[in-house]
Order: sequence, then C-alpha cells, then structure tokens
Amino acid sequence: MSEPTETSVLEEVTAWLEENWDPELSLLDWRGKLADSGWGCPTWPQAWCGRGLPESLGDVVREAFQKAGAIGIAQGGGTTLAAVTILEHGTDDQKSELLRPILTGEDTWCQLFSEPGSGSDLAGLTTRADLDGDEWIINGQKVWTTSAHHARYGMLLARSNWDVPKHQGITYFVVEMDQPGVESRGLRQMNGHASFNEVFFTDARVPRENVLGEVGQGWGVALTTLAHERRLADGMRSMVRGSQGKGRAFDEYRKEVASVMEPYKWYPQRAGRADLAVDRARTTGRIEDPVVRQAVAKLMTMMRTSEWTARRAKAARVLGRPPGPEGSLGKLAASEVARAAAEVHAMVTGSEVMLSGADGPLDGLIAEILVSVPAVSIAGGTDEIQRNIIGERVLGLPKEPAIDVGKAYRDVPKNLAS
Amino acid sequence: MQFSFSDEQEEFRRTVRRFLDDTSPPDEVRRLMETDEGFDPSVWEKLCGGLGLTGIAIPEEYGGQGFGFVELALTLEEMGRSLLCAPFFSSTVCAANAILNAGSEDEKKSLVPPIASGETIATLAVAETGGVWTADGIGLTAKKTGSSFNLDGIKSFVVDGHTADRIVVVAREPGSQGSDGLSFFIVSGDADGLSRRLLTTLDPTRKLAELTFKNVSGELIGELGAGAEPLSRTIDQAVVGLANEMIGGAQKVLETAVDYAKVRMQFGRAIGSFQAIKHRCADLLLEVEHAKSAAYYAAAAAAEGADDLPALACLAKASCSDAYRRVASASIQIHGGVGFTWENDTHLYFKRARSSEAFLGTPDDHREQLLQRWGI
Repeated sequence: MSEPTETSVLEEVTAWLEENWDPELSLLDWRGKLADSGWGCPTWPQAWCGRGLPESLGDVVREAFQKAGAIGIAQGGGTTLAAVTILEHGTDDQKSELLRPILTGEDTWCQLFSEPGSGSDLAGLTTRADLDGDEWIINGQKVWTTSAHHARYGMLLARSNWDVPKHQGITYFVVEMDQPGVESRGLRQMNGHASFNEVFFTDARVPRENVLGEVGQGWGVALTTLAHERRLADGMRSMVRGSQGKGRAFDEYRKEVASVMEPYKWYPQRAGRADLAVDRARTTGRIEDPVVRQAVAKLMTMMRTSEWTARRAKAARVLGRPPGPEGSLGKLAASEVARAAAEVHAMVTGSEVMLSGADGPLDGLIAEILVSVPAVSIAGGTDEIQRNIIGERVLGLPKEPAIDVGKAYRDVPKNLAS
Repeated sequence: MQFSFSDEQEEFRRTVRRFLDDTSPPDEVRRLMETDEGFDPSVWEKLCGGLGLTGIAIPEEYGGQGFGFVELALTLEEMGRSLLCAPFFSSTVCAANAILNAGSEDEKKSLVPPIASGETIATLAVAETGGVWTADGIGLTAKKTGSSFNLDGIKSFVVDGHTADRIVVVAREPGSQGSDGLSFFIVSGDADGLSRRLLTTLDPTRKLAELTFKNVSGELIGELGAGAEPLSRTIDQAVVGLANEMIGGAQKVLETAVDYAKVRMQFGRAIGSFQAIKHRCADLLLEVEHAKSAAYYAAAAAAEGADDLPALACLAKASCSDAYRRVASASIQIHGGVGFTWENDTHLYFKRARSSEAFLGTPDDHREQLLQRWGI
C-alpha cells in the first residue's frame, strides 16, 4: 500500500462517509462503525480503533466529517482524557477492553485527582491504596470531579507507598464507580451551581490488573492526562457546534452533549463577560463618567492585547519558531481580564449589584458573573502556580527550595484528613 | 494583519542591535546625556550613512530606503532598548513624516531627501507651554506678509529643538480656532527672531527645548489652513513610533531586573527564588508582552495605513506607557538600595519611562481618545 496523502485520505474518507453515514442510525450503531473502521480516531494505531494516520492528515478527516455533518466519537472531559491515557500507558488487555466503549459513548469516565488536602500540590495526595491479595483497597476523598455520578469508571491517583518521596509512591488506577465503597456527592459552589462532585472511598476495591502503568509510577501516567487537559475546551466547542442535525443519531447526540456540557454552563460568566461591558455602561448611563471610561478602556485594551499576544504565539508556532514567552501567559491573562471585567460590571451596575436572580440586572446574569469570576484564577492551576511556572520556566528564575524533596512522604507535614 | 516578523525583519533587528551595542553602550549614554548637544555626530553619521536608518521608512522617491513602518518601529524598539541619544525620533519620525503628510509633491522632493540622508536634522514643533499635541494646543500664529509668513508665539517640549537645523512648525491663522486655520511651516534653526532654550529635563537622554518666535519668517508646507488632518496623522504615527521605542526600553529593563534577581543572594538564596519577587516578575512579563502586542499591532496598522490607526495608536501608547512605567519602577524595587543609586542604570530607564509616558499625551488622555475613536 502506498503512503496516504491528503488527496488519498480525503477521497477515502469521503467515500466511506457516503457509504456509511446515516443520521437515522442509533448513535451507538453509528459510533460502532466509527470505532471498527478507524475513521473515528484516524490518528490512533490501527490495532486500537484507529488508522495510524499522521496528525496533519487527521485534520483532513475531521474536516471531511464536518463537511458531511457527520457525528464523531464520544467526547467529554474525563472520557477523552481516559482514552488518551489508556492509549499511551495501558496494557493490550486494558486497551481492548476499555477503549472501544469510550469511543462509542457507552462508558463515561471521571477524573479522580484533586483532593481536599492537595490542590496546587497534586502529588501530595493522601488517598491510600493497600494491596490485599489480588485487590487494592482504596480509602480517602477526591474533590472537584466532573460527572462522577454517572461515570462508569474513574481515573484514580492514590498513594501505594508512603516510604518513598511523594512523586514515587503514587499509582494510577482504573476504578469502577458503581460499587459499595464509592460514594459521590454533589458539591455546591459559591455561585450556587453544583457542577462537581466529592467522591468518598471507603474500602473500595480495585483488581490488580486495573493498575494503569506500573505500581508507584502513577505520577508519570498522570502527566499524560494533565498534558491533554488544555486541549479539551476545543473539542467541547466543536461538539456543541456539530450537534444541530436532524435524525435519530442527532436526537441522541444532543442529549449526550447537553449532559457533557451541563457542568460548564456558567463558564462564560466565570470568564467575566467583558463582551457585555460597553453595552452595560451605556444602558446604565455610566459611560459618561470619566472614571468608568478609564476602566472600560483598560478592560478593552487588556482583552485586545491578550488576544493579539495569543495570535503572536500562534504565528510563531506556524513558522516553526521556538516558543517565546507569549505562549505561556494566556491563563494568567484570562484571570486578569475576568477580574477587570467583574470590576467594570460592579462599577456600572451601582446599587443594583446587591440584587441577584430575577431581581438582579439581566435576570441575575451580572450577579452570576460576580460570584463566578473567583473560580477562574483557581481552577486548572491557580494564578500563583501560573506565576511560578512563568517565573521558573520562562524567565529562568530559581525554584523555591522545597522541604519535601527526597523525604519519605510519611514524614512530610501534610493536611490531615478530618 | 502581520503577527510575526519575517526572517528578514529579524535579521534587520539583529543588525540594528549589534550597531547599537557598539555605539550606544551605557557609558556613551551617560557621557552624551551630560552634554547640551545630546548626541555624537560621528555615531549619527554612521547611523545615517552606513545603515541608512534615517531614511528607513521614507519612500525611495524622497531619498529613503522605502521600507515600511514595521521596520521603523523595529528600529525604534532597539533604540529604546539602548537609550540611544540621537535626534532620530525628532528628525526621522516626527519631522519627515510631518512633511510627507502635509507637503506638496515638490516640497516633499526638496525637503525630505536631506532628512532621509541625515545631512539635515529637523524637528517638529507642535505643543506649546500647555503641553498638548493636538489642534487645541496650538496658539502660535502665522501672519501672511507678501509671499512669506511671520510666526509669533512659543513652542515647547520640542525634541532636539535647540540643535535642529530646520524646524517644522504647526501654526494657526490669527483668530482661528480648533482644527481651523492650521498650517505647517518650515523654519531655519538659525532664523532671525527665533530664540531657543534647552530645557532642564527629568530624562536627560531626550533633549527638549523651548522655542520663542518673534516675527520669524517661515515657509508654508502644504495647503494654507489644511493642517489639521496631516497633524493628527503625524501625531498618530509619532505615537505609534514612541510606543515601540518604549517597549524596547521596557523589555530591556525587565531583563535587567530578572537577571539581577537570579544573582542577588539574600537569606542564603537568590532573591528570584522568593515568590514575592518571582510573581512580580511574572506579572511584569505579562504586562510587557501585552504591551508589545499592542505596539506591534499598531505598527502593522501604520504600515498598512489602516483606518483604525488613530484608535490603535492610542491603545498602544496607553498600554506601553503603563507597562514601561511599572516595569521600570519594579526594577528599581527589585534592585533594592542599589537601584536608587546614580551608578545603576535603572534610573535612566525609569526617567525615560516617566518622561515618555507624558510625551505626546498621557495614558489617561489616550484611553479617553481610544473610546472616542471607537465611537464609545
């Protein structure tokens, strides 16, 4: 067989879609075809539901799907992350058992990493795993887990060895969520939504063969999962865009999309809604106030310059130049924009800022912005951690001396479980 | 819109930087800032002759090199980085653009080439004692007497006004107001009735002069009374140029602060390992990179003659002013006691930052203008 080219792949995938894509199929049947043909994940290996195409040709396939209006494989926070992690670190048995139902959407997954006692210092986790015959016994608590209540599996980090330094005693497990020792509770946030779960483990059981990677080497596996977190947002956006067709598959798909997106419905408010600032200032009449004008101009300047900075980073990437500092700043910039936007909203809203819900301006939207923005500088790496990363990796400043390096984790001061 | 520099532009930047590393090291800056003249004629000659920088963005038909505003902005960025003491901003950025914007074809052909070659050093006189670089700030009058005009009034904050061979002056018809009655004139530096006084400046690396005109004869450039449009265009271009010059200084002073934080030891560790310092540096980097984006974007808009140049000029100036001031202040703080000494170079940047922030309009003025130009 000759090397695939852009033309040959485009021809092949277009012909396949013409032959097979039918919006009246059940979503499961359609996705079964995607998994079996390899067109759902064209850049994955042929042995595991893919076609082994290079990344550049994967884009050709994605575009052909978009053009045909065809639904793709199942996506969603934990689920997508689980797939890439298993693909990279799983055994053949794990891959053959776990990957296909992820792609078809039969199985959804959740991520069990953060704990009440370890947020920024994720490797300081204290959920314990003790081997008992052929099973690991899990005890501890996880938090900020999306969709834990309907996930079939969880990607779990737990400490299997307390006598080695913190990164070396962690094991990555695949845990079945539907068992007596696992309890999920909704976690209500300060903005009133409950988008995440707390998950409690009390003598939960994981068979030995459900360790992903080697025992004690879970941190390295976790880095794979974390490395893919950033790309999630793009996938989710394309999911929403692609869900507007007619037919049985689309009806089922819309339900799936709604369920995946449900936890994120307040995220635009979390980002500050700078897009509303000028309109709000005009509506409230505060746009005449020179102090407000300065704040609005500062906000809009910040928005533009952070967008242009991202475009500079992208242009450098396209030219194959080494990444400059401009690529590492987006998250910190987003926090600044969100905070500045919240300030402008409060400034122009005046006394009505005291009102929320149906009594509040824009049916409570302004209030929701004000009580959602604090999340943006915490979730996915706090501003403080971002500044450490920028300071150390971009500017080359020395690291803070760490007192837990080289010490058995047992002996390191930590938050005690209550 | 261009979001990256081409390989040729990057190469050009390296050439300019090498030249400035050789000709404008801190010792030279310190030597020249103590002189009244404020620049070294032999360096000026090399800058004009060897590199042709004075004509970089001037079209070839007027004796320039015919590159665009992006190359001019790159040059300014590097000059800001090295605090070059030379009449480049006054002559190439302000005066040449003023004549190109206001002048007739014949005037451009006769007046611009000597500026492009650097033989003539010119400057632009807009602001008066009130320090306003718009039509509203202009009170100096030009009265027609036969074929010539007599200029009367005072111009201030004129960059290199005490040394310039020729001065482009914006003046108004007696009795006119606002944007009406404005015209450009050119005056010889040694004209009768012109007295020039070097002002004592906060930033000794940029020389400012006050020029008093008493019945000074000036030649009209362009159309009589049609000066408002070319004036605002010239100022927009100068503002974008200044923003790019500022961001070069801001980047340099950030690097200096970070380098110092890596080597300065206190409490047994480099101070840059303390989050109080590290986080401040990270915030400064963010601010400098954002301001850089604004400066580059505005330069690209100036190169393309984009419609939104007036708004983008304001955005860039406000952004770069804030970034430069903050990073220069923070650099002094990070340096600690030594940062407050005359011997340490940080104060040179701090003074340039403070002074440039006010030059051609403060950040608050520019933000207000930005909203107005956006129709808000």
